[in-house]
Amino acid sequence: MAHDEQARTDRPPDDSAAGSPDDPPAVLSRRALLTGAASLAGFTAAQSVLSSLNAAPIASPGQEDPTLIPGRPPTPYGQRSAFERAARLAGATSSLTPLQALHGILTPSALHFERHHNGVPVIEPTRHRLLVHGLVEQPTTFTLEEIKRLPSRSRLAFIECSGNSGGEWQTPAGRTVQETHGLFSTSEWTGVPLALLLREAGAKPEATWMLAEGSDAGAMARSIPLARALDEALICYAQNGEALRPEQGYPLRLLLPGWEGNANIKWLRRLKLGAAPFMTRDETAHYTDLMPDGTARQFTFDMDAKSVITSPSGGQQVRAGFVEIRGLAWSGRGRITGVDVSTDGGRTWRQAQLDDPVLPKCATAFRFPWRWDGQEAMLQSRCTDETGYVQPTRQALVAVRGINSSYHYNAIHSWLVTMDGAVRNVHV
Amino acid sequence: MCKRTAAGLWTGLLFAGALAGAADLPGEEKEPLGLGRQATEAEIRAWDRDVSPTGEGLPAGKGTAQEGARLFSAKCASCHGVTGTEGPAPRLVGGQHTLATKHPVKTVGSYWPYATTLYDYIRRAMPFTAPQSLTPDEVYAVTAWILARNGIITDNAVMDAQTLPNVRMPNRDGFVPDPRPDVPHR
Repeated sequence: MAHDEQARTDRPPDDSAAGSPDDPPAVLSRRALLTGAASLAGFTAAQSVLSSLNAAPIASPGQEDPTLIPGRPPTPYGQRSAFERAARLAGATSSLTPLQALHGILTPSALHFERHHNGVPVIEPTRHRLLVHGLVEQPTTFTLEEIKRLPSRSRLAFIECSGNSGGEWQTPAGRTVQETHGLFSTSEWTGVPLALLLREAGAKPEATWMLAEGSDAGAMARSIPLARALDEALICYAQNGEALRPEQGYPLRLLLPGWEGNANIKWLRRLKLGAAPFMTRDETAHYTDLMPDGTARQFTFDMDAKSVITSPSGGQQVRAGFVEIRGLAWSGRGRITGVDVSTDGGRTWRQAQLDDPVLPKCATAFRFPWRWDGQEAMLQSRCTDETGYVQPTRQALVAVRGINSSYHYNAIHSWLVTMDGAVRNVHV
Repeated sequence: MCKRTAAGLWTGLLFAGALAGAADLPGEEKEPLGLGRQATEAEIRAWDRDVSPTGEGLPAGKGTAQEGARLFSAKCASCHGVTGTEGPAPRLVGGQHTLATKHPVKTVGSYWPYATTLYDYIRRAMPFTAPQSLTPDEVYAVTAWILARNGIITDNAVMDAQTLPNVRMPNRDGFVPDPRPDVPHR
């Protein structure tokens, strides 16, 4: 079956020209300035920027000295600098987070990866309802306002599509870390604990499974085992301090920290309690892991520990001398306890520095100082989580699962630095 | 690998008291807060459209593969191909006995464990450009056509709320519970 998570129609933004993906271009073209200026339309400063095109360069080529020009006034809703270009890489049914261009552990909401099964619906929040029914004492509908009145929780958590890195099962398919690992993002999420919401409807003791259903055109639905979900599941209405983005489930989504992304149903409109799994398409035909013996693993919810070096990474250019190797590590089973880095393809390993905060089921940033001597190098990272689980080599992972399971690929990732400083995705 | 049914094992692992226990969050009220209102029968009926493997949720109506052929050709073939094998949308037909090979072909016939899931999915999400536009009879007929093309039922077998749950899918016992952690650390 075609692995649609990996289907791509666009090429990634080309980061190879700059030394670092987030460096602004050294010389801005007239077109770039005009594009930037267009987003400032309506402000007098825009005219100043345009008129400065003909002025003699002072601060740097193509840029007027900003201390000579009054800036623009405050705005109701902010935008990033017109010079910043980090963007999701969008295909037909998903878009990928540009991990190579980000810093720290949080993903800006506008760059959170997307995966949907028949588009992003438009939902008016005042008309949205959540229905809780099935094995409950009283079938109940909630408005968004009522859900927001219930006791709330906020927490940081990653969401990773179980198809993230799925292209890597067979070949080194992705060129950049955005292509290989971009179905992974981290946000602060706010909502009401599922357990509290279910208490309002009076869940019956015989309820063991919950069908969660979205109000998208795919009516995405997954069966959730209640005993495992109740400790941490949130019904979320906010992301990074504001309402959920439409592509993240506005106005309401399920959050199951550490579980495969698909189970975190977006545009949530219905929770039905039952005594057995409902066996929807997306827990039978899809999101099941085919093994070499022909059996398939079902309800593989947890995302195992995984790490990747985001800089330097595929498509970037390494310069001789000091290089800070940076990356992210995460585990769906708890906290990251350590990350090791190798620059010689796994022959030797040294401990990387973890940045605070180190939170359970959340991205953890790591860094490792390195001096590149201009020789060929193979960069790898390997994480361990609080259960003692160690991120496996590709060889060990494939020995158990073969190469046809599509989902849950979490092997150690290798970036080859060639003598010209180019960085390439390779399998070892 | 030992073949056990995932559903059976999961149900065994879960315990009825879990809900009550986990709901005791520290620092919270132990009683309902009285938010939300009782859902009406009409509200539940409008959205309660899932179909379980036992057939619960299947509506009245019926259809055969013969009736489904014309519908499939008109409403499904443009994405799935005229025989349900050409794509570009997921392949629906064939692939049996390929799952344990180097080139597994996952289709309704080779992979899906329950025929009821086919009804559920077509009803909730197909046709892709006009979801929920088919009548119950049409969903039964298209379901029957896909099952018949896979050699699972005959062309004149009537699919309805009684017969569909009794269709035995070839890969019914092909699913196993999650055994992870499964990769030894050297």
